[in-house]
Amino acid sequence: MTGKGGTGKTTVAAALALSLAADGRHVLLVETEGRQGIAQLFDTPPLPYEERRVAVARGGGEVKALAIDVEAAFLEYLEMFYSLKRAGRALRKMGAIDFATAIAPGLRDVLLTGKIKEAVTRRQDGRPVYDAVVVDAPPTGRITRFLNVTNEVAGLARSGPIKTQSDGVMAVFRSPQTAVHLVTLLEDMPVQETADAISELTAAGLPVGSVIVNMATEPLLPQASLSRTAEGRLTGSDLLPALTAAGIAAAPEVATGLAAEAVEHARRWVAQDALRGDVEALGRPVVELPLSSSPIDLGCLFELADRLEGHLQTEAAA
Amino acid sequence: MTAPQSPRRPALAPALDLAALVSDRETRIIVCCGSGGVGKTTTSAALALAAAEAGREVVVLTIDPARRLAQSLGLVELDNEPRLVETPGTEGELHAMMLDMKRTFDDVVSAHSTPERAEVIFANPFYQALSSSFAGTQEYMAMEKLGQLRASDRWDLVIVDTPPSRSALDFLDAPNRMSRFLDGTMIRLLTAPARAGGRAGVRLVGAGFMLFSRIISKILGGQLLNDISAFVSALDSMFGGFRERADATYQLLRQPGTSFVVVAAPEPDALREASYFVDRLSTEGMPLAGLVLNRTHPPATTTLSATRAEAAAEAVAEAGGPGSKLAAGALRVHAERMTVAAREQRLADRFTSAHPEVPVRAVPAAAGDVHDLDGLRVMGEALLAAEGDTGTGTPRSRVLPVRPPAG
Repeated sequence: MTGKGGTGKTTVAAALALSLAADGRHVLLVETEGRQGIAQLFDTPPLPYEERRVAVARGGGEVKALAIDVEAAFLEYLEMFYSLKRAGRALRKMGAIDFATAIAPGLRDVLLTGKIKEAVTRRQDGRPVYDAVVVDAPPTGRITRFLNVTNEVAGLARSGPIKTQSDGVMAVFRSPQTAVHLVTLLEDMPVQETADAISELTAAGLPVGSVIVNMATEPLLPQASLSRTAEGRLTGSDLLPALTAAGIAAAPEVATGLAAEAVEHARRWVAQDALRGDVEALGRPVVELPLSSSPIDLGCLFELADRLEGHLQTEAAA
Repeated sequence: MTAPQSPRRPALAPALDLAALVSDRETRIIVCCGSGGVGKTTTSAALALAAAEAGREVVVLTIDPARRLAQSLGLVELDNEPRLVETPGTEGELHAMMLDMKRTFDDVVSAHSTPERAEVIFANPFYQALSSSFAGTQEYMAMEKLGQLRASDRWDLVIVDTPPSRSALDFLDAPNRMSRFLDGTMIRLLTAPARAGGRAGVRLVGAGFMLFSRIISKILGGQLLNDISAFVSALDSMFGGFRERADATYQLLRQPGTSFVVVAAPEPDALREASYFVDRLSTEGMPLAGLVLNRTHPPATTTLSATRAEAAAEAVAEAGGPGSKLAAGALRVHAERMTVAAREQRLADRFTSAHPEVPVRAVPAAAGDVHDLDGLRVMGEALLAAEGDTGTGTPRSRVLPVRPPAG
C-alpha cells in the first residue's frame, strides 16, 4: 500500500489487512517507516520488533502487526548469513549500523524488503504461516525504488548473499502474488503522483493493483443544483422563501452567508468530481472510501474493511 | 480597570502582521517551515509575490513545487538559478527558483577546488550517491543555497521554502547531522588506512573496528570503502570542513533580519510539529514571526449554530415547496462548516495556550489548488490583509469569533 503523504495509506493498509483476515485467515500488517502509525490506529502501545496480534476478525481471523526496525533486521541478517550475533551487538553500540545504513541508503530497503519476503514465504506444517502480508510501504515518490531492490543492490553487491537474497525478493514482488495498491485523494497533487507512480512501477515490472480514493465526500446539496451553484449562481434571496415557508426567521445576511458557503461547497465538490475522470483514466480498478466524520477508531476501520472486501470480491470475480 | 477573565476562556492569540514584516526593509530572510503537506510552498510563493507588490526585490527558493505552480512561476527549466517572474504592474521584482540539490552540491565543489580535482570528485560513485540520494542532502543544500542567495546581495529579501520532511526540525538538524557525518570519527577511521597508511586509527579502536570494517566491505563491497576514502581525501585538502560551512549558514539564521514563519494545517499532527518547532526556535534564539494556520474553514456567518442549522434543515425539508431541497442542503453545509470550524478553533486554542506569545494568522482553504499567480494573489491577500476586515466579524487570527462574554 503506497500513496502520497497525507492520503491516509496507513489507515487504508490497516483496513485492507482487516478485510483480508475475515473468515479465519491470518494476515500480517507490516510497518516500514518507523512511525508507529499502526500502534496509534489500533490504540496499542508502540510495537516492538516482533509480530503482535492487534485485531481479530470474523470467523477466527487475526491481524498481527510488525514494525520493522532496521537495526534489528540488520542484526538478524548478520546472524543468519554470517553467524555474527555478538559482533553485531558491539557494532550497534558503536553506532556503526546507523552509519552503514547512512552511507548506503539502499541497504535499508534491502533489509526491509528482505524481512517482508521472509514473512511472505514462511511456512509451518507444510502451509504458509500468513495468508496475506499487507505492507504500509513508503510514499509514492519512493515506492518504485523501495520495491525494485535488484536495482538498488546492483551498486552494492554483484554476488554473495545480498545479491542472492535480493533476487529472491524480486521474484516474489514481480509475481502475481503481489499487488501494489495506491491510495489517493481527489486532489491534483495526489492524483498526479499516483499516475507517475503507476508508470514507474509498470516500467519496473512490478504489478499494480487498485487505486483507492480515500476520504471521498458526498455532496450535501441536491445533485441537480450543484453545477449551477458552483458557477456562483446562488444568492441569499434564492434561499429566503423556503426558509420563511418553514417558519425560520433568517436575517438576509444569514441567508447570504448560507448561499456563500453553499457555493464554496459546490465548487469544492465539482473540482473533486472532475478528478474522478483522471482517476478512471489511470486504467486501474478504483474503489472509493468515505471520509470519516470522527477520528479513526477500530469500528471505523472495520467499516472501511467492509468496503474494501466488497471491492476485492468484485475484482476477483471479474 | 481590568475585567477578571473567566479561567475557562483560552488566551487570545496576538494577530500576525505579515504585511508589516514583508514591507519592513530590515527583513532580509523569511524561512517558511512546518511539516510536510501543509502548504509551505504556496505560502512562500504567495508571501514572495505580496512582498514584490509591496516594492521589494524578492527571490523565493522553492523546494518541490507542484507542477502547475512551478509552471506558473516560470520554473520550467531546471538551471538552479533564480528566474524573473513576469508580474505586470508590480512595483518590486519577483524571482523564483527551484532547488536542484545535486547541482548545488556540484557548485560548492567547483567553487572550492581546481577543475581537475572537481572532475575527480564528480566521477566518484560515493559522491554521486551522496549528492543525489543521501538523507539530509536536500536540507543541507537548501541551507547552502540560502546562504548563497543572501550573500549575493542582488535581492533585498530572500524567502525560503523548506524541504518536505515529516518533521519540521529536520531543516535545522539535517545539515549539522550531515556535516558531522562527513567530518565524523567513523568516516575518518574508515578511511584512515587510505589516508595515513593505516595503523594509527586502527590502534585507537582495536579489534571491534577491524571487524566493522571487514563486515562493511563484505556486505557493501570493498569498492564502496575505496570510493569513500578517495572522496574524503579529495575533500579534505580542498576546503575547511563541511561543518564550518554548515555552521556559518546556521548562524545566518540567528541574525537580525531573519524571520521564521511556521506553517501548519489545523490538524493535530501538524500543530504538534509546529509546537516542537516553536520551542526549538526559542531555544536557539531564532526569531519567530508567527504561525500561519493554513487551510481553515471559517463560516461566512456565525449567527446560526451547527445544532440550530441541523434543526432548521429538517424543518425546511419537512415544509417542502419550491427551493426547499436546496435551502435544506445549504443549511446542512452550514452545520458541517460550523462543526469543522469549531474543531479547527479548538486546535488553534490549544496551540495558543501552550504558546500564548505566538502571533497567528488563519488562512482559509481555497476551493481548489493554488496553481497560478491569481491564486497566489488571493492567498497573499489572506496572508497580509488587515486583521479585522473579513466582513463576517471573525478576525483573521481566528476561525470563529471570540464569543462575547456572558451578560
